[in-house]
Amino acid sequence: MGDQLPAIIVLAPMFGAMFVALLGNRDHRVCFPIVFASLLISLCASIAAAQQVYTTGAIDYFMAGWEEPIGIGIHLRIDALNALLLVLISVVVVLVSFFSIRRAGEQHTEKTPQFYVLYLLLCVGLLGISITGDAFNLFVLVEVSSLTSYGLVAMGSSRRGTHAALNYLLMGTVGASFYLVGVGYLYLMTGTLNMQDIHAILQANDAVSGSTAVIIAFLFILLGIWIKMAFFPLHGWLPNAYSYCPSTSACILAPLMTKVSVYVMIRVMIGIFGVEWVFVHLGWSHLVVWLAVIAILAGSMLALAQREIKKMLCYLIVVEVGYMVGGAWLSDPDHWGLTGSLYHILADAMMTLCLFLAAGIFAKRLGAVEIKDLEGLFKKMPLTSIAFVIAALGMIGVPPTAGFYSKFYLIRGAIEGAHWEYVAALLISSLVNAVLFFRIFEIAFFGNKPAEGHGHDDHHEDESETQQGQVGDSTLLGREPAWSALFPLLTSAAIIILLGLFNGPIVELIRESLENLPSIVATQAD
Amino acid sequence: MADFFQNTLHDHFNYWVYVILMMIGLWAVIAKNNFIKKLIGLSIFQTAIILFYVSIGVKVDASIPILHHHEEPAAHAEGHDKGHKADYAVGEKDDSAPAAHDNHDSHESQESHGDHDHHADAHAVNPDLIANPLPHVLMLTAIVVGVATLGVALALSQRIYKEFGTLEESELLEQLKGGNVDG
Repeated sequence: MGDQLPAIIVLAPMFGAMFVALLGNRDHRVCFPIVFASLLISLCASIAAAQQVYTTGAIDYFMAGWEEPIGIGIHLRIDALNALLLVLISVVVVLVSFFSIRRAGEQHTEKTPQFYVLYLLLCVGLLGISITGDAFNLFVLVEVSSLTSYGLVAMGSSRRGTHAALNYLLMGTVGASFYLVGVGYLYLMTGTLNMQDIHAILQANDAVSGSTAVIIAFLFILLGIWIKMAFFPLHGWLPNAYSYCPSTSACILAPLMTKVSVYVMIRVMIGIFGVEWVFVHLGWSHLVVWLAVIAILAGSMLALAQREIKKMLCYLIVVEVGYMVGGAWLSDPDHWGLTGSLYHILADAMMTLCLFLAAGIFAKRLGAVEIKDLEGLFKKMPLTSIAFVIAALGMIGVPPTAGFYSKFYLIRGAIEGAHWEYVAALLISSLVNAVLFFRIFEIAFFGNKPAEGHGHDDHHEDESETQQGQVGDSTLLGREPAWSALFPLLTSAAIIILLGLFNGPIVELIRESLENLPSIVATQAD
Repeated sequence: MADFFQNTLHDHFNYWVYVILMMIGLWAVIAKNNFIKKLIGLSIFQTAIILFYVSIGVKVDASIPILHHHEEPAAHAEGHDKGHKADYAVGEKDDSAPAAHDNHDSHESQESHGDHDHHADAHAVNPDLIANPLPHVLMLTAIVVGVATLGVALALSQRIYKEFGTLEESELLEQLKGGNVDG
């Protein structure tokens, strides 16, 4: 059993999806237990695998025992780099599955099983992307996760959502195809698709790694991944897709899709091409960090211009992607930039999750789509507001939250790598975040419009009252959402603080994955 | 000039076609106004990549990759693949132009064969006589992915047509601008 952990992590949601598809149509009530059970199995397997990785070292798993690296095969690999990410993904999907209880197939109740099938297949794709050790399988899994996310985006009743989904599909497919072309060039040069083999051949053979074809391969792969992660000039698909889709879909896609793509970029940089090749041989570090600076500043400005809550959060995702790409490319000698970037994947996934859960709750309970609709929020939903404030403080970077520490490590990397423009961009964007969120706090706390809900908030009062009986006036607290929405929200807020408090040990685990990397000799001075 | 035609166009003909097709497809995805035309562009784009991969696997005068002998193919396959991988790596040392690879493949692998004892075996598989099946297999998967993408895309276009009554992106954007959000 213990040897099969990598397979269990990916296969549990896949079989879950099959069972939901088979049984769900008869009775919608069987869907959630199957979903929850399969995701819980994944979560336990990921935690067990992570523990094994950090005590005994990386796990290599060859599906069906095709061990010989014959160029293709299903090679699953869990090492220090992706073990934490697997745990993160499974935690997020379990939390969002609670949120989905009352909201699955929101506008189309009869589509509940279909929603859950897509949801589970998305989990398969995301977990698979993180776990695979094969460059071509990565493409297939990226497409699995993307195809399901097109479906999830289009499931809402908003017709803007359909348009956004098709645009997302066009951009996403072009991105994945670019990645595929890059892998083709790599295969042409090395004759293998296994990431470790490619890495070994590129390290051993200077003629191969010095050739133009490998640089072109890297360029195509990088462009493809940047489209997938919505790196600034290529971000066009993201804001509409994530703000016009059903809120459950937004809650699963927004925290995970972009973050997993950032992981893929880091995996490609470290695990396929090697940091030395990327930073020293190519020497694009300055260019990419400047692109990231532009992404951060432009994303912040665009976020300031938004009036809708979800649109604003979407542009903040674009900003955060800028943080992570810039951080990964800082090329400082001790890899603090990469550390910060990997830590920020965890922190940002949790903060985005918390913010999008809160936004979903606002939209459903208060009918609040625009920021000005949030008047009197703190009185209506004290618990939701607290979680929202914690996540917002995390985005701004206030000390005990995870957001502060990720910025701390990123800035440390930037200073050691002498990228002052990145430090400046990070500080400016923190200021903009502060402006954005304090504007919301002001409206939510001091704005006192008489409490009149435009939403459909009268359906679930019974549950919420039992939950919050002690906090005060029951007519006001009737607006607090049901436990199924409140539990993931408060848990994610707690994790944001826990990630911050335990940043030391977590960063140590992250550093473990980077300790074998060669130190980069500073080549910046120009 | 003749050299240019021989070396750049003739020898790399497949790769030229692939790049041109890919650019046509990309242009259609970006510039066309009609969603169906965009999707046609997307298909051309994906097909170009299939052409690229299939071109990688081409070998002149090679046969289809089916082993005729019954004696333990696994052992041979192992030797074959190791040898093959090394061929690629060694081949690139002599010739840094990757696209020229297939055409020079036979010479280079002849030279590098001396290094590999696997092929001394009388029953061993000679990689020069057998086309590389791997890119074809990869493209089977990529075709399936492409079909699935196209299916989802057509379903979305159908829904767009039902909801907006048009497939032209400009008209659709106009409808979205002119109030009446999410009708």
